[in-house]
Amino acid sequence: MADQLPNTPILDELEKGTWPSFVKEIKLAAKNSPMSRDLLGLLEQSYEEKIGHWKHGGIVGVMGYGGGVIGRYSDLPEKYPNVSHFHTIRINQPSGWFYTSEALRTLCDIWDKHGSGLTNMHGSTGDIVFLGCRTEALEPIFSELTEAGFDLGGSGSDVRTPSCCVGPARCEWACYDTLALTYDLTMHYQDELHRPAFPYKFKFKMSGCPNDCVASIARSDMSIIGIWRDDIQINHDEVTKYAEGGMNIQRDVVGNCPGKCMDWDGKELKIENSYCRHCMHCINVMTKALRPGKDRGACVLLGSKAPIVEGALLSSVLIPFWKPKPPYTDLKDMVERMHDVWCEEGKARERIGEFIQRVGLGNFLEECEIDIAPEMVAHPRENPYIFYEEYYEEDDGEEDEDGE
Amino acid sequence: MAKTAEEIADAMFKMVSDAQGLKKLKPGDLNKLMIQTYPDEVDKKLCKAAIKLLVNNGRCVYTYFGGSFIELPHREGAAND
Ligand code: SF4
Ligand code: SF4
Repeated sequence: MADQLPNTPILDELEKGTWPSFVKEIKLAAKNSPMSRDLLGLLEQSYEEKIGHWKHGGIVGVMGYGGGVIGRYSDLPEKYPNVSHFHTIRINQPSGWFYTSEALRTLCDIWDKHGSGLTNMHGSTGDIVFLGCRTEALEPIFSELTEAGFDLGGSGSDVRTPSCCVGPARCEWACYDTLALTYDLTMHYQDELHRPAFPYKFKFKMSGCPNDCVASIARSDMSIIGIWRDDIQINHDEVTKYAEGGMNIQRDVVGNCPGKCMDWDGKELKIENSYCRHCMHCINVMTKALRPGKDRGACVLLGSKAPIVEGALLSSVLIPFWKPKPPYTDLKDMVERMHDVWCEEGKARERIGEFIQRVGLGNFLEECEIDIAPEMVAHPRENPYIFYEEYYEEDDGEEDEDGE
Repeated sequence: MAKTAEEIADAMFKMVSDAQGLKKLKPGDLNKLMIQTYPDEVDKKLCKAAIKLLVNNGRCVYTYFGGSFIELPHREGAAND
C-alpha cells in the first residue's frame, strides 16, 4: 500500500534508546507526508549502500535573493518521486529564539502546506530550518513567510543570520544587550545577508558573557562576548553560607581558577582582579556570592571557523573592551573596513580568519586601521618573539641567530 | 561623467553573458572588472546597486557552487524536472 511506511530495519536501530530520534520524528511526519515516507526509503537505501543519494542544486532560490535556500535533488527520482526535490529553507530566527506559540503555529502551517513538515529547530547557524520542498513551492513559501513577518536567513558567501544567547531577557550574567545588537546587525546587514558578495561566509554571534552559550568563539567569524573590566562583585555573607553549606571553596573554586588569582583563608575570599581571566568559573559555581563587575561591555573577537579549506580556528581578540551603544556605528565602520580588505584580497572560500593567517595579523590590522592592543597576543607570557614595526629600529635588525 | 546603475547593470550583464559556460563570475569579480573598466565613473556602491537590479529583474541569478556566483538563469544539470 502506498501509504505504508517502507521497511527500514537499519533506520529502526536509531529509534532505540532514551534519547530523541530523528527517525521517530520522520516516521511521525510520514503519517501525513508522502515526502517524509519517501525520505525514509531513500535514507534506508543510503545506509544500506553507504552512499549518499543527494545531489547539490546550486541554482534554486527565491527571486532577488542569493541566500536562504539550499538546493537538493535526489539521484533516485524514479524510485522516490516525492523526494526528487528536497530543498532546505533557512529562516531568520528571532533574536534569542523567543517565539509566541502563535508564531510557531504559523510557521508549521506554512510548512505543512508546502513542504515535508520536517523542521530543524534550529540549525547550527541559528536559523529555523525547513527540510524538504519542491522548487515550485519556494516562492509561495517565501511570500507566506514574509506576510507572517519572517524573512529568509543567509547561505552561501554572505553574512549569515546573526544569532545570540538569550542575554538580558533571561540571564543575569549578560554584560550587554545581545538581543538588541543581534537585531540591529540583522537589519543593518540585510543587503549583505541576502546578496552574497564576499569570498565566503561571515558569521556574527553574540554571547552575553564568557560562558558563551552560543559558542561564538568557535563558530563565528566575529564573536562578540560580554565582559566586565572592573572587579568581580563579591557578597561575603553568601560566600560564608556556601562554606557553611559544605562547599569546598579551596578545592572547587580557588583550585580551579585558571588565573590563580583567588585566595581563601577559610573565612574570606579574595580575588586579585588584575589577573582574572574572566572565565566565569567561580561565578558559575557560587552564583549567589559572585557576579560579574559593574563596568560591563563586550570583547570583540575575530576569525573562528570549523575545518573546511583549512583547519579549525578559534576567534582571537580584536577589541579587548567595547561598550556596545546603539546604533553601534563604531563597530559597523570597523566591520566595513574589514569586509573591504577581505573582499579585495581574499581568495575564493577563504574565511576571514584564514585570510588573516595568510596575510599576517599586523598587515590586516594596518589595512583595516585598527589599533594594536597587547590583548591581541594569544599567549602573552609564552611568546617573546612579538614586535611591532614602530618599535623596531634599524639596529635591532642586526641580531645573530640567537637573537642577541 | 558618472555612470548610472542601469548602465553598469547592462555592462555587467554583457560580461556575465560572455563568460557563461566558460567562467563563473563572483559579485566581487564583477565589481573589480567594472571599477577597472570605468575607474572614475563607478564605485563599489554603484556596482552593488547594479547587481541588485540585475538579480531583481531576473536577468541574472545567484548560484552556489562552493561559493556564490552571478550567472544567467539556466537549467542546471542536477535538476530533476
Ligand atoms: S552566554 Fe552568558 S549571558 Fe548569555 S545566556 Fe549564557 S550565561 Fe547567560
Ligand atoms: S572568573 Fe575565572 S579567572 Fe577570574 S577569578 Fe573567577 S575563576 Fe579566576
